[in-house]
Amino acid sequence: MAKLFAVTIIVIAIASAVPIVLHIWGLPQDISVDGKLIDEQFSATMVETGICFMAAQLLLGFFVWRFSNRRRDEKIKSFPGGARALVVAAVVVVGFEVLALGAYGTKAWGNIYFTPPAPDAIQVQAQAGQFAFYFRYPGPDGKFGPLHPEQISEATGNFFGLDTTHDPTSKDDIVTARLAVPVNREVRLLMHSKDVGHSFFVRELRVQQDFVPGLDLSIHFTPTKIGRYEIVCTQLCGLGHYNMKAYLEVMSQEDFDKWLTRQAALQ
Amino acid sequence: MAITVHEPSHTTIGQSKPASSSGGGWGGVPSSAAWLRLEDSSPASRTGVWAGLGAITMTFAAFTSAMIVRQGSSYDWQHFVLPSVLYCNTAVLLASSVVLELARKRVSAFLRGQVKQRSTAMLTLWLTLGLGLLFVGGQYVAWMELRAQGLYLATNPSASFFYLFTALHALHILGGLCGLSLVIWRFSKQVPTLRISTLSAVSYYWHFMDVLWIYLLILLWMRI
Amino acid sequence: MSEPGTYPEAAPAGLIRKYVFSLNHKVIGKQYYVLSLLAVFIGTVLSWVMRIHLAWPNAAIPGVQFLSKTGAPGGMLTPEYYLQLMTMHGTLMIFFVVTTAPLAGFGNYFLPLQIGAEEMAFPRTNMMSFWVTFCAFIVALSAFFVPEGPPLSGWTAYAPLSALGQVAGPGQGTGQVLWALSIAIFCVGQLLGSINFISTTLDLRCTGMSLMRLPLSAWAWFITSCMSLTAFAVLLPACVLLILDHVAGTSFFIPSNLVVNDQLQPRGGGSALLWQHLFWFFGHPEVYIAIVPAIGIVSHVLIANMRRPLSSHRAVIYSMVTIAFLSYVVYGHHMFVSGMNPFASVAFSLPTLAITIPSTIVVLIWIGSLYGSKLRINAASLFALGFISMFVSGGVTGLFLAQPSLDIMLHATYFVVGHFHLVMAVAALFGIFAGTYFWFPKMTGRMMNETLGKIHFWLTFVGAYCIFMPFYYLGMAGNVRRYQSFVDDFMAPLMPIHKFITIAALITGFAQLIFLYNLIHSRFWGRPAPLNPWEATSLEWCTPSSPPPFDNFGGKLPVVYHDPYQYGIEGGNNDYVMQNSPEQINSARDER
Repeated sequence: MAKLFAVTIIVIAIASAVPIVLHIWGLPQDISVDGKLIDEQFSATMVETGICFMAAQLLLGFFVWRFSNRRRDEKIKSFPGGARALVVAAVVVVGFEVLALGAYGTKAWGNIYFTPPAPDAIQVQAQAGQFAFYFRYPGPDGKFGPLHPEQISEATGNFFGLDTTHDPTSKDDIVTARLAVPVNREVRLLMHSKDVGHSFFVRELRVQQDFVPGLDLSIHFTPTKIGRYEIVCTQLCGLGHYNMKAYLEVMSQEDFDKWLTRQAALQ
Repeated sequence: MAITVHEPSHTTIGQSKPASSSGGGWGGVPSSAAWLRLEDSSPASRTGVWAGLGAITMTFAAFTSAMIVRQGSSYDWQHFVLPSVLYCNTAVLLASSVVLELARKRVSAFLRGQVKQRSTAMLTLWLTLGLGLLFVGGQYVAWMELRAQGLYLATNPSASFFYLFTALHALHILGGLCGLSLVIWRFSKQVPTLRISTLSAVSYYWHFMDVLWIYLLILLWMRI
Repeated sequence: MSEPGTYPEAAPAGLIRKYVFSLNHKVIGKQYYVLSLLAVFIGTVLSWVMRIHLAWPNAAIPGVQFLSKTGAPGGMLTPEYYLQLMTMHGTLMIFFVVTTAPLAGFGNYFLPLQIGAEEMAFPRTNMMSFWVTFCAFIVALSAFFVPEGPPLSGWTAYAPLSALGQVAGPGQGTGQVLWALSIAIFCVGQLLGSINFISTTLDLRCTGMSLMRLPLSAWAWFITSCMSLTAFAVLLPACVLLILDHVAGTSFFIPSNLVVNDQLQPRGGGSALLWQHLFWFFGHPEVYIAIVPAIGIVSHVLIANMRRPLSSHRAVIYSMVTIAFLSYVVYGHHMFVSGMNPFASVAFSLPTLAITIPSTIVVLIWIGSLYGSKLRINAASLFALGFISMFVSGGVTGLFLAQPSLDIMLHATYFVVGHFHLVMAVAALFGIFAGTYFWFPKMTGRMMNETLGKIHFWLTFVGAYCIFMPFYYLGMAGNVRRYQSFVDDFMAPLMPIHKFITIAALITGFAQLIFLYNLIHSRFWGRPAPLNPWEATSLEWCTPSSPPPFDNFGGKLPVVYHDPYQYGIEGGNNDYVMQNSPEQINSARDER
């Protein structure tokens, strides 16, 4: 039975490692400027974790095999170095590696959160509500009109609660259901929740940030590849949570300008 | 018979003696100490009460942080003046603690056979209970005062927290009063079945309610 | 009148006093265990319904319509009902299974025995704590039977979804209030229990039982009770505030200017993040409350089956204490992308990474102690070894989640779900199984069937890996959690994995029936057990009978001369010396 345990655990360990090593279900492609650091961090962590995982499982299996069914007269032995060696190993090796990962990892985090958005970043406001995302571009005046929550009406399509009759800055705001952005330009996303908690997750952009009702949050990112990517809600928001998505469309500057003009005409 | 474990050697020779017991609480008889030694043989009740007080502290700490966050999260915090009856109630509660300490001395003296009559001890216990009830009644008066000003639980967040803190504290006081009633009931029997450690436990709890109330009063005075 | 730790009256005679409203810690321990069995059965069935729905979203699941006609008409799960079942699955499993069985179940039964006491410190409070917990269980289940059903906000019940009331979704009205009430009642039960455990451990140890001579399971129960006392004392206020938001019109957690269904919500000014802070301040110690008793039980079982003490008894104790302390300063790692200050995220990340160290110390000491041991393989030791494997598999992925930059990719994906199921749910379950197989002979006087036990182990061990290891791959590929079905092209290639997981879950779940059968059959018809079948050293094995008599030691409390793990003794008939044996030994290490 000990041999069975050892064999099973080794098989499970190797079987678990195979999909990782062969990159069968890996991270989605990276289309952001910050993604490279994150992906490197991910790989480094995977290597460290993988080594710890394999070592622990293999040692466990091997020791179970080797040290069961021993004869009555065989003596109990200590692990070489005893408890001290084990504790030191844990503290020094694991501690160092773990803290190094953490310290190094703040670089990727810092890039995203501790650097301010570029002054020429495109500003877009995202509003999350049960169960859809809507986006607002400030239009030619570059200003977002004020929001009037009491005027929000899904029925009439006034998703943001804009008062275009009384607020001049609202007149040229462009409201869409898709987030279109030009490639290789920084985007500053202002995030606002209409009702409960939601989240903005674009896997390829390496961006995930909650919408918190009552808080005005913002993130910034720079997409580097043209294409159509899913924006999914990852904060449980009610029965439609599974279906709450929108699309990020990264296009060339030209296409984006054309698209924006078309959208403005549709308002 | 001496037998060796095959490990690098330290040998302990001779008879294994039981190490000094750091546990206890087993049927030890209270030594004939002076009336000041009001503790007795069961540290378990003391540990239990301290653990309970620890939990209560954490609970009120959580509510305090909730209040601080709530105050900072919006502009709808409306200060109001604390009803003045609260200060009277504070005096009543502090008085009840003093009387409870008197009661403790008297009751222990009786239980230890140092005193023959238990009527003064009973009186002090009943007085404590009375003062406690008076405190709760006074808190109710404070709530009535707020209602007269139009401040209810949900009127605004400062009122919410005022009611919340005072009601929770009063609830705990009522619990303490139940404990006190149990003490009185056991003490008043023909042959008293009250243990000194029970009285001590109830006393610790009661005095803690005092301390908690002072803390709450200061908190509410500063923030509400 | 009674001293703490003694019975207020003579041994009870009537059926009600003996088995229902019993003051005896052993009966109360069994009551908690049976409660957990009920809860795990319901929780498992809920997970089956969820898994079947995920793998075959368009199929009707026969039978569910009897649970809710509106939630699952004709057996077809509505999106909201999936979330409602998910919420109750998490709630029942976390609170009533892994918080209850290893601590209140085994702890109540064996703590007094292991410290050489006749009873817990406060038997009446103990009985109250069980019935309060039972009450909480009933209130939780009652949420299934109100018109709109249980809440759908998850066991984490984030505000304002959980605070807005019915308008936010089905089940968010009465269901959410019942949920919050149930959890609040559960907190009270836990606090009462913790007070008991702490007082008992500190004050009722028999002569010679110093703190360092406590078995590791007793240490684990003590440390866990200290955590439980402080953590549940914070969840209680959170639930009270949530209930007030529902029934009293307050707005602790409801921010201003919310618009639901085109209606501007009347209340405002509250803080949604406040709920998260209060909840996770409880929530993180909670997961350690779930796993530390299992760490103690597994150590205890493993030592007896390795026939040698751990390389360092104290290192494991100090590690558990360190884990307990650190668990309070890491809770923000659940909130990295929540809108919390990003500097706070870095601050929380460092202790989260640091908590790896005591956990690794414990694992390395286990593995290092296997070296040179004389390991005995039986159902109990297999589950103990399996625990180590599961704890490692779940624990190492914590390294990813502890780094905010990686959490961006993994938060709210199946990666997290895999992590916590392996490191907490499955591992704690293995700890419960190890404890059951190990202590069953003492609790009933009969042995469990070893063959069935081994079959149970193999099916569960392989099965659990088949279920939860794929969760990691799903998470890395971007599979978001808490979705009732996957309606996008992105997810289509991953559907076969979901089907594989569901089949594994059904098989593994059914395999637990082997355990249930073994438990019940052995209780009545198992082979009679010797008093100390595992040749173990701790005090629970020196009772004069199995099950132990009413007052545990037959009137004469033991006196302790040795530490709890004097194994590997050479010469003489036995390779072990019991804790209460005055036999002198020369030993490298014998804690005083």
